[in-house]
Amino acid sequence: MFTKLSLNKLILTGAVALAAFSAGTVATAAEDMPPLPKHDWGFKGPFGTYDRAAAQRGFQVYKEVCSACHSLELLSYRNLEGLGLTENQVKGIAAEFQVSDISDDGSPIDRPARPSDHFKKPFPNELAAAAANGGKAPPDLSVIVKAREGGPDYVYGILTGYVPYDKLTPEQIKEFNVKKDDHFNLHFPGHRIAMPPPLEDGKVTYVDGTKNTLQQEASDVVEFLAWASEPHLEDRNRTGVRVILFLLVMAAFMYAVKRSVWADKH
Amino acid sequence: MASTHGAPPVFNNKVVAWIDHRLPIFSYIEKEYHTFPTPRNFNYFWNFGAIATVMLVLMIVTGIVLATNYQPNADLAFASVERIMRDVPSGWLLRYMHMTGASFFFAAVYVHIFRGLYYGSYKAPRELLWMLGVVILLLMMATAFMGYVLPWGQMSFWGATVITNLFSAIPVVGDSIVTWLWGGFAVGNPTLNRFFALHYLLPFIIVGVVALHVVALHVHGSNNPLGIDPKGPQDTVPFHPYYTMKDGFGVMVFLIIYAAFVFFAPNALGDVNNYIQANPLVTPNEIVPEWYLLPFYAILRAIPDKLGGVICMFGSILLLLVLPWLDTSRVRSCTFRPIYKWFVFLLVIDVIVLGYCGAHPPEGWYVPISRLATAYYFFHFIILLPVLGKIERPLPLPSSIADAVLKKKAV
Repeated sequence: MFTKLSLNKLILTGAVALAAFSAGTVATAAEDMPPLPKHDWGFKGPFGTYDRAAAQRGFQVYKEVCSACHSLELLSYRNLEGLGLTENQVKGIAAEFQVSDISDDGSPIDRPARPSDHFKKPFPNELAAAAANGGKAPPDLSVIVKAREGGPDYVYGILTGYVPYDKLTPEQIKEFNVKKDDHFNLHFPGHRIAMPPPLEDGKVTYVDGTKNTLQQEASDVVEFLAWASEPHLEDRNRTGVRVILFLLVMAAFMYAVKRSVWADKH
Repeated sequence: MASTHGAPPVFNNKVVAWIDHRLPIFSYIEKEYHTFPTPRNFNYFWNFGAIATVMLVLMIVTGIVLATNYQPNADLAFASVERIMRDVPSGWLLRYMHMTGASFFFAAVYVHIFRGLYYGSYKAPRELLWMLGVVILLLMMATAFMGYVLPWGQMSFWGATVITNLFSAIPVVGDSIVTWLWGGFAVGNPTLNRFFALHYLLPFIIVGVVALHVVALHVHGSNNPLGIDPKGPQDTVPFHPYYTMKDGFGVMVFLIIYAAFVFFAPNALGDVNNYIQANPLVTPNEIVPEWYLLPFYAILRAIPDKLGGVICMFGSILLLLVLPWLDTSRVRSCTFRPIYKWFVFLLVIDVIVLGYCGAHPPEGWYVPISRLATAYYFFHFIILLPVLGKIERPLPLPSSIADAVLKKKAV
């Protein structure tokens, strides 16, 4: 028979089981990854917007540095107008690249890219990309910010998380089996990353006079890649605020109607 | 149009009357959605049937529009979803509504099921109504699983691989069945193609079963928080406007939460790995389904034997089909079941624990805990429920719904 006492006992047992359960979580979750650097991204939150100037600088970083190995194949040059570039600027940028096409008489040709063309890939195909990069193709960056746990913080963490070999502790070298030619990154799972440090102080020269520190370059390119991953974010936020305001009014209205309908039944 | 409680409707509009004389759709709507006598004492848990219906319609509408822009081809699927997100006008909205909608559809249905469990809505004479609901749940799971494969991300591909591989546990013919499901020797283009076809088909079968669910509901009417049958007009109100308006309010509140996710955190419920295109050569560190399937995934992995795991996973849902006969108590509502009430909450905690375990690799503490939680899940239905119904002393039931409502008001 269930008495009140045995019921209490049962609840207690449940509580103990739950406590043991949460303890287990802590034990397995304790991986030796340092926390990602927290950056105050302007595109976070319901009213978030992209910093156009930062994203344009970030595009410069991508174009001058990242694009040597990483494709951005889901984007077209025309999309850059979303960053605030003019139609003519976009035409100019596209024309810097030669893309393969077929001429009117059917022969294969190379021609300058048009705004409607997709971003030119650094390698003709994945095998070529892998062959040129030690066996593994560098990932496409079109949705990279959405494709990694931690999002923009992770990408920023990778770009700024390199530790040179001579700055590593003997324990780190031993634990992660780091060789002299390896690249050690604080935020990469397993820490040994194939990509050499892509950015450093002074890697690009900004035309708007912004100081070209490693942190600045990294945060700029993350701003650009966040925009590339989610180009309609601002539209989404704006629409969201309107939709929710509408729904709140509608809910209040429905509540009032419901109250008045039920008035004689309560 | 004028009508009173119970009397046949009279249509003043000549066209309406002409049609209704030949095809009584207006009489039907009048009878089932206007004058339909509904217990007067519903709480807000009774909103979730209407909410689930709204979500089903929303999923079908957004899904059809998405399908007009989607390419069910292994080489094109990922890029076509991204094209919807980038280039199709408001494509991002449709896609996020559909993707987040799946989660919210399940959330609504799970609350709806909890409501049924707690208030004993599955008991006579509503056993078939409940069983049709379980069929809907199974169809929803199949639909959601196949829909998740369509974006052809890493989790799509590997999720499809893991789940279809379950059928290989069937003795003798297992491997042949898996090859037949795949349309080849691995998950690939034929698999994607047929999953798309089935993902488009199943929702309409769900609509059909929902129709039967509603027909069955309208035979004996809704259960209510007291679990006692209405005894007369003083116990009921017409469905319209009383519950149409209350459902309208509930739907709006639900949509606010849904919209908050669609617009401000559309990827919060998804897996980041699904933004990486499917790659048969690279296995993700962890292969996990969406949150709404996690408890069942945990049951699958809790059993050390593959076939046993598959049987327990499907069994955990099929068990619900016989729930009306496992529960031996004659009292429906947990309001009057002082002991069982707590076990319902314990079952909810158990399912949440299972879900939590399902999200983590089966190592360390997760193994014994998911086994314990799986054992408890089956213990609840197979042993506790039949035994408790016999030994528990329910509280005295009120004489009528009106009685209980008016007494509460007086206090």
